[in-house]
Amino acid sequence: MKPRVLVLRAAGSNCDHETAYAFEQAGAEVTQLHVNRVLEREGDALAEFDALAVPGGFTYGDDLGAGQILGLVLERRLKPSIEALVARGGLVLGICNGFQALVRAGLLPGTPALQASLAPNASGRFECHWTRLEVTAPSSPWLRGIETLDLPIAHAEGRLVFAADADPEAIQALAALRYLKPTDGDPGVAGSAGSSPADYPANPAGSTADLAGLVDPTGQILGLMPHPERNVEPYHAPGWTRRTGAGASESGAGRQLFTNAVETLRG
Amino acid sequence: MTHSAYLVETVRRDPAHDPAGRALAGELRAAGIAVGAVRLAHVFEVGPTTAAAAEQLGRELFANPVLDRMTVSPASEPLRLAAGERAVTVLRREGVMDPVALSTLQAAEALGVHLERVRAGRRVYVEAEPEVARAACDWVVRWTSNPVVDRALGPEDPWPAAPRPAPALGQLARAVPLAGLDDAALTQLSREACLALDAVEMRAIQAHYAALGRAPTDVELETIAQTWSEHCKHKTLTGPITHEEFDADGAPTARRDYQNLLKQTVFAATQELDLPRCLSVFVDNAGVIRFDDDYGVAIKVETHNHPSAIEPYGGAGTGIGGVIRDILGTGLGARPVLNLDVFCVGDLDAAPESLPKGALHPRTVLRGVVAGVRDYGNRMGIPTACGALVSEPRYAGNPLVFAGTVGLIEHGLVAKQPRDGDWIVAVGGRTGRDGVHGATFSSDALHSASEVESGGAVQIGNPIEEKKLGDVLLEVRDRLSAVTDCGAGGFSSAVGEMAEGLGAEVDLSLAPLKYAGLQPWEVWISEAQERMVLAVGDAHVEAVCAAFAAEDVEAVRLGRFRASGRLVIRWGDETVADLDLDFLHEGLPKQARQARWRAPRAQPFAEPALTPGEALRAILATPTVGSKAPIVRQYDHEVQGSSAIKPFAGVGGGGPSDGVVLAPRLGSRRGIVLGLGLNPGLSDHDPYAMATWAVDEALRNVVAAGADLDSCAILDNFSWGDCRRPEQLGSLVRAAEACRDAALAYRVPFVSGKDSLNNEFELPDGTRAAIPGTLVITALGTIDDVLQAVSMDLKGPGHPLLLVGLSRDELGGGQLAALAGSAGGAVPRVDLERAPGVLRAVQAALATGAVLACHDLSEGGLAVAAAEMGFAGGCGLELDLSQAPREGELGVWGWLFGESPTRFLLEVDPARLDEVRAALASAPHAPVGTTVAEPRLRVRHGADGWLDEPLAELQQAWAGALRLAFPSAQG
Repeated sequence: MKPRVLVLRAAGSNCDHETAYAFEQAGAEVTQLHVNRVLEREGDALAEFDALAVPGGFTYGDDLGAGQILGLVLERRLKPSIEALVARGGLVLGICNGFQALVRAGLLPGTPALQASLAPNASGRFECHWTRLEVTAPSSPWLRGIETLDLPIAHAEGRLVFAADADPEAIQALAALRYLKPTDGDPGVAGSAGSSPADYPANPAGSTADLAGLVDPTGQILGLMPHPERNVEPYHAPGWTRRTGAGASESGAGRQLFTNAVETLRG
Repeated sequence: MTHSAYLVETVRRDPAHDPAGRALAGELRAAGIAVGAVRLAHVFEVGPTTAAAAEQLGRELFANPVLDRMTVSPASEPLRLAAGERAVTVLRREGVMDPVALSTLQAAEALGVHLERVRAGRRVYVEAEPEVARAACDWVVRWTSNPVVDRALGPEDPWPAAPRPAPALGQLARAVPLAGLDDAALTQLSREACLALDAVEMRAIQAHYAALGRAPTDVELETIAQTWSEHCKHKTLTGPITHEEFDADGAPTARRDYQNLLKQTVFAATQELDLPRCLSVFVDNAGVIRFDDDYGVAIKVETHNHPSAIEPYGGAGTGIGGVIRDILGTGLGARPVLNLDVFCVGDLDAAPESLPKGALHPRTVLRGVVAGVRDYGNRMGIPTACGALVSEPRYAGNPLVFAGTVGLIEHGLVAKQPRDGDWIVAVGGRTGRDGVHGATFSSDALHSASEVESGGAVQIGNPIEEKKLGDVLLEVRDRLSAVTDCGAGGFSSAVGEMAEGLGAEVDLSLAPLKYAGLQPWEVWISEAQERMVLAVGDAHVEAVCAAFAAEDVEAVRLGRFRASGRLVIRWGDETVADLDLDFLHEGLPKQARQARWRAPRAQPFAEPALTPGEALRAILATPTVGSKAPIVRQYDHEVQGSSAIKPFAGVGGGGPSDGVVLAPRLGSRRGIVLGLGLNPGLSDHDPYAMATWAVDEALRNVVAAGADLDSCAILDNFSWGDCRRPEQLGSLVRAAEACRDAALAYRVPFVSGKDSLNNEFELPDGTRAAIPGTLVITALGTIDDVLQAVSMDLKGPGHPLLLVGLSRDELGGGQLAALAGSAGGAVPRVDLERAPGVLRAVQAALATGAVLACHDLSEGGLAVAAAEMGFAGGCGLELDLSQAPREGELGVWGWLFGESPTRFLLEVDPARLDEVRAALASAPHAPVGTTVAEPRLRVRHGADGWLDEPLAELQQAWAGALRLAFPSAQG
């Protein structure tokens, strides 16, 4: 049976269609719902779903901080349903604005021992470009079998920061992905390498420890600033015009993330 | 417990997390103001409420839990400052759209806190000696706020009190007597009421109402003024014109009479071509051409020049917001898939004292318009992936902002028609006084007091409102009879246009308002953003309105369309306007205009006192040619997961793409290719050459990326000086002629266009400065499979390079002429007989799959194109031009920097060179060298070495073109 994935949109979500497409392409059955419809439901609002994806965008305009209001809605109205979903082995994904909302809702990092926030980029402006990433939570069901991958970022508030007294080991334990400095200067050519520290612009927002994403302690909730749904086709990563031979028609590296989820949920 | 207004202030605990404050400190020091620390705080006024509730809002909504320190105090308390510190607070003026305040009201309600009033502002704290701190605060106000929409509070100023509630409306509609007024009195009335109508037009209105035996109401007069405005009616381009041409000695060379210039040039070409790929042209908000078996592709490009001159951020934001609504309002609703923008601004390094009085600094303008497009386009989830920038001193007083959107629409949704009895449903944002007189304002010239006088014509957008509106519209569109957006003229234009050939009855008292106190005429013509008008039949109206309500969008029935031939506007029971639609749409008197063009005297090209290498670096570092990365990287150009050929190509995205290519249907590889063409520098020599060059450039760009020329369509956007002056109109006529000739030659139709014909700036001494005649051509094409697209970056060493197209000694009006300060030289001319064949030959060459890279030769000519291909691909070029195809004699400057059109540089798979050359057989072309591993650009002509430059240095020059205009806090 196909795993059932809810792509939750709200006023201002804008990556919902391509996120739904990426899940469908990987073999999921996708339902797209506005948060107003989910809040109208009686009982466990997510009972029929195996996974929840909160896509990117500028929910409610992001005028009070990215993901602020959606995070508040998730925290006050849907947190028990999301926790129940995770408890029964379900998966949760927050991309970009969805990540910001999950952090605001306290679902990520998901432990009282660590307080995180996504602050405005150190560059002081919106940044959109491709980045090279290294997986640092290889046991998360979302990230299994992926070592490095190239994904684009597009955000103004992606600087992952932690409370001043945060324990560096606690941070590393929940680190999902980190930015690398591409050694060939060419994000988009699959299988190429990178180095640390990333620095700006390879670490586009100036995140602590070059972090691009977090998991919760179960690994089932993943939040990340880069957009895996924007690298699922052979023509997505900018290096594709420079590839030759068999590599030229390879699908985008982000697709693996969605395939991983579907395979995990199929059991 | 008493309720009153509280201020919640948040500030970062650690200055390392305040990049905006640090950036401001850097800018202040760069401006010579020796400040210490600068901190940015956010201030929110909430009320009436309790201290505890204000505290809760601060904690839950305003303060970042990890980073911020928060204080809550009664708004009546004076600001307390530390010793050695000064502060300035910047707030939106009353009545100006403030998305932060609207979001707060909604979010507070969700938290169970009811507020009536929210005001958000930013406060800058400066540590410095008192005099320095004062200067710093003044600088912050001068450079980071705009008095049209913002007010600044010093540390001693009390927090502004809430405005008094508006008085009840007295008289709803005022009769405006016209009987007996002479031309002077009519003109004065028009000017005082901001109607922008001339004496002839006012006399026609006078006569119409004399025949009716009554005076017009203010609502009627405003409706006529909006409908007849240059902005809505394009009366210059559609009216009769007598055009005369003269040679440089003043001897007449040609004379033509036009009844309707637009119909006889741009439209005529489209009609004559009569191509089946055109699904809807010049009748709707956008042109629509065929995309695939299921979808058409809609495209529209708009200008938003005057609002952007006065408030760049709001002007450009609402410019892009408006053109997105045009696409949403095309047919029964197209889904936006791509945005483009073109900015023409003054010299970015201009000394402030050299600027026209009242004009904002070009750098301020550019930063503002970029931020406006960024904040609107990004929030709409539409990739802004295509654009251009021109920097030229004559745009200082009157910058240009072009914004465009492309959308997809099912074939079956292209047609629309309101029916008798359909409901008129207003959806989206509320109506306020914003933008009152926008349409008539844009039809008047700017002057140094425009900033103050036309404040009402300025609008700030609220993109979240438009996003919500668009989401629902695309869900319900198959249940609508028609839809259009509220643009210039607001409800008056939207309802008036939809009612054409039918009739309508509207009750304006039902329109949701932002605040009370608006007169009926203000509601009717307000250009408040994010509103659209639907025509919905009885069977669907409940369900449609409920669908909007379900996603928190207001939808209100204002009235019905009626087959009455009249536009009847009521306010409750009182009729405030009753207009004959025939008069409204057909009553505008046609006024003959004179047009004159005199050819400039030919002058020799004055060579620059530079080496070719120095000239190349200088041209690469201009804003026009140089990298736009600091702009494009602020736009989300990857959203929707469709991007294939991106704005930047090559190693590390190190070079500029020609056209952008995207696959807009998820799961399909069929692509859209978009390219732009403009070169206003050529206008001074000959607007005909300028316009054909722009068409050629736009088509070169899409063909170079892999588009099929026979799939293409083009759009014309004219921004010109005051066309009531015969010289301006004459130059426009020549450009329009060129558009027709080019469209016919390439067999590519115009499908949409727009003109903005009063781009002049009045100087304090009364003289007027006009912009160079500026025509932006947008080309849209398709490609069967985006994986067949070709990028411009060189792919590796040892590959042959082919130069396609004839080179001539054409330096006039180009980048080298601007650098050398030369007004002379031959202007580049498109050979319309041969150019289409060259484009088709290049298309055939690309179709072989053996062309590894393709780049068109454009501003800055061969040297610029070769350098860009090299540094984008990380490999060098060795060129010998002695065998390259040419017409006439060329010297070193003409070869390297001449801007002859219809030329391409191709990198070819060496094993398949013959195949590519066979495909190019019908076009002039020749091998001109090879790619090499050593990253240098070397150009020689036989034994003469002309250029030998390291690519890294050329790339550095190119990449830094906008560094000063967009300093990064990151350094």
